[in-house]
Amino acid sequence: MTFITKPKVAHPSLPRNALGCTRRDYEGALSTLCAGCGHDSITAAIVEACWGLSLEPQNLVKLSGIGCSSKTTAYFVSGGHGFNSVHGRMPSIATGANAANRRLSYIGVSGDGDTLSIGLGQFCHAIRRNLDMLYIIENNGVYGLTKGQFSASADVGSKAKKGETNLQPPIDPVLLALDLGATFVARSFSGDKRQLVPLIEAGLRHRGFALIDVLSPCVTFNDHEGSTKSYAYTREHYEPAVLADFVPREREITADYGAGEASEVILHDGSRIVLRKLDADYDPGDRRAAAARVQERMSSGEYLTGLIYLDASGERPEFHQVSRTPEVPLNSLPYEALTPGAKALEKILARYR
Amino acid sequence: MSHQWNIVDATDTSHPDYYHRVVDCQWACPAHTDVPEYIRLIAQGRFTDAYMVNRHSNVFPGILGRVCDRPCEPACRRGRVEAKPVAICRLKRVAADHRDDVTARLPKIPRIKNGKRIACIGAGCASLTVANDLLPLGYEVTLFEQFATPGGLMRTNIPAFRLPASVLDEEIGMILGMGVDLRLGHRVESLKEMLEAGGYDAVFVGSGAPKGKELLLPGREEAAANVHIGISWLESVAFGHVERIGGRVLIIGVGNTAMDCCRTSLRLGARQVKVMARKPRAFFKASAWELEDAEEESVEIIVNRSPKAFVLENGRLAGMTFECMEYDLDPRGRIIAERVSGEEFIPADDVILAIGQDNAFPWIERDLGIEFNKWDVPVVDPATFQSTRPGVFFGGDAAFGPKNIIWAVEHGHQAAISIHRHCQGEPLAERLPPGVNLQSRKMGMHEWSYANDYAPAERRLMPHVSLKERFQKINIEVELGFSAEQVAQEVQRCLNCDVQTVFSAKLCIECDACIDICPVDCLTITPNAPEAQLRTQLKAPAKNLSQPLYVSAPLPQTRRVMVKDEDLCVHCGLCAERCPTAAWDMQKSHVRWPHAEDEARSLEQRKPKIA
Repeated sequence: MTFITKPKVAHPSLPRNALGCTRRDYEGALSTLCAGCGHDSITAAIVEACWGLSLEPQNLVKLSGIGCSSKTTAYFVSGGHGFNSVHGRMPSIATGANAANRRLSYIGVSGDGDTLSIGLGQFCHAIRRNLDMLYIIENNGVYGLTKGQFSASADVGSKAKKGETNLQPPIDPVLLALDLGATFVARSFSGDKRQLVPLIEAGLRHRGFALIDVLSPCVTFNDHEGSTKSYAYTREHYEPAVLADFVPREREITADYGAGEASEVILHDGSRIVLRKLDADYDPGDRRAAAARVQERMSSGEYLTGLIYLDASGERPEFHQVSRTPEVPLNSLPYEALTPGAKALEKILARYR
Repeated sequence: MSHQWNIVDATDTSHPDYYHRVVDCQWACPAHTDVPEYIRLIAQGRFTDAYMVNRHSNVFPGILGRVCDRPCEPACRRGRVEAKPVAICRLKRVAADHRDDVTARLPKIPRIKNGKRIACIGAGCASLTVANDLLPLGYEVTLFEQFATPGGLMRTNIPAFRLPASVLDEEIGMILGMGVDLRLGHRVESLKEMLEAGGYDAVFVGSGAPKGKELLLPGREEAAANVHIGISWLESVAFGHVERIGGRVLIIGVGNTAMDCCRTSLRLGARQVKVMARKPRAFFKASAWELEDAEEESVEIIVNRSPKAFVLENGRLAGMTFECMEYDLDPRGRIIAERVSGEEFIPADDVILAIGQDNAFPWIERDLGIEFNKWDVPVVDPATFQSTRPGVFFGGDAAFGPKNIIWAVEHGHQAAISIHRHCQGEPLAERLPPGVNLQSRKMGMHEWSYANDYAPAERRLMPHVSLKERFQKINIEVELGFSAEQVAQEVQRCLNCDVQTVFSAKLCIECDACIDICPVDCLTITPNAPEAQLRTQLKAPAKNLSQPLYVSAPLPQTRRVMVKDEDLCVHCGLCAERCPTAAWDMQKSHVRWPHAEDEARSLEQRKPKIA
């Protein structure tokens, strides 16, 4: 970490978004993570994505649990709402907040410990509920905050900094999410912002649960020889399958794609995701095939990355449809609607007599 | 390192110019003064040390701290990051004003001389610099000066309200004190005589550009009593020969001499002073700050008036007629057409011509082997300052026409090197090349031995003597100098551009930490490409095409390259602070710009040792 704050001075010709803001306006507090931590890069990618979407900071909700990863919500979009919750319980807080106000954008940042160990049940149910949020896992395979023990995402055979070998099989969040019916499943790498930034933009715009599992090397406890989540190992075993370019509703597609090279998915708000398959046989619309390919690549030690699975059809109902939450935030409902009163309570109680 | 046609080769940072040009002020300074270093010393209250850093390069810090043309300030990076550059020049004055006695720190003069004698013609800044550089090497230097005081144009043309005589005397005195043989009131009338008489191993001509330009218009001769040539008039004022001027004065021309003339007029009794400019303001030759200071004193600057005639009444100057000019400008602001739209008479009691000055060498015979070019000025080698006659050197305004003090000083340094090589029988052109030393500023965890916090303060304003008081005497210095509080703030505005970001590609793990933290977005990791394309691939646009990009060797993991646009780097050191592998380091660059003493030391070392 550093104790020297980033000065306010900025490049005089930084581009501005639709709100007239530069990406510097989307920054947060000084990061207290180790210098070189992958999480800081993900923070920068989130800043870039929020700026690119011209998000109004007051319309963003940042949620997290406990861990190195969960500290990062303080490091971006200072103007957003933040909730640093109990360990592994961020999905519950997200559910409650979402129910109270569906008009905000929800971004949850968690780690492999917070998600796959203590919070695994919460994570599964958030997917099952199809909560309308972007869920980012900053996945480094170790418990960094407690000095580098193996986490539930550590690969079999992966070596710890002091030399011991991990013997327990990993829980893979991507396979889990595919299995539980998530509609937006992606994997990326903190060292590849070109891939990561459009995924975050698309994930924030996707209606329903969007998962991005981001490999994010722990520079202090898991960036050595023998680690399977180091910068060097990830780069060597990194296989982008589908590149996703996010195009907001108000922007024209300017990139020039060759015929048959790209396909387009239109999201509920009119923005588009242009998918470019690097592997001609891969179909990001086929859940079972996607899961099979992830497993197959995993068995040969490769990380399949990109937008692995996307269902933007809206056929799978999301949380608000199922729970019939009101369109408007609860705080804007009239008092009478929020509290039906003693008579209504009487009626309800009468049903149980 | 790849030499494929379609990519940029890794930047060679070992080239002495690479890190030098990152320090914009030092690169722009003709004498390559280590500006950030002396500003840091001032910040630490080490005024004497700051003064000595200055003196090493520019010899006259007290003088230049008041009247330098400051090429460093328009170059200052602060002016690109924000609006206004650091007040570099006025901080130099702070060092000069607050220093202790430096006598003990001046170069030691050997008692036993080396037997070589040098004549310098004209005791201005160029000749004085030659003396300053050669005396410590054992040379005997004779300075010939036509006036009764040394200093040249610094004394005769810069009014005392900008540059007090005491400052001049003290800094010139340091050089004279080294044992110069000073011949005052000795005007050299013939170079031939001097050369034929022998006795000098080399002659340095530092006689300036002493001839003011004439404006031959109708009425000029008849009005001669009230029409003055700017630099000669300033000279007469400086020596007390002129003490009054008429109530209404017109200054023709709008350069820095014009500014000195108009402000001097106000102190000699003029009540209404108008500066007449032929072209619009964008074409003025005067420095912005000199214009500001003149306008503060209610001097009126009238544009688009081209002088036509001097008008006399009863045999005495009554004013001048001007043609009113109109100009058409192209989108880049250049004049593409001009026409006269009318005529105007402006009354005046005196007119001062300040439209430029020329070199004049009536005292140099044309058969000495010194070649003169078509403008009748001597042909001088721009690197060695030697004329076409070996052993005769030119410097200052005498070499390439009117420039300014700081250029003359650098000419003096370079000529001194040449004179030394000439006297030692070494070829002049094979002088020592410049170099750069780098030294890390890392002190420990999160500790850097320089103040890397970005201070958002704006440029401090120089306090002036009130308008009421300043006209009472001609030698009241207008600028008061910065207060302690102002100094404390102004020094922190310096971005420490000499504390370089030094990158070591082989250590980089491409974690992006430096890129994410850089406040001015000057770093990018990207696939290599031709420079024009590379500039479009950066995180923030690199629009200053005169600033080359830094391109690293291919990075170990992906073979991409680290690209840095040096243009707006604020040298906060956060890239190095955030780098987990110390691939970035902050290192102070020390530019070695050789002077005669370095040349002498190097020649000494190369001499065969006699056992």
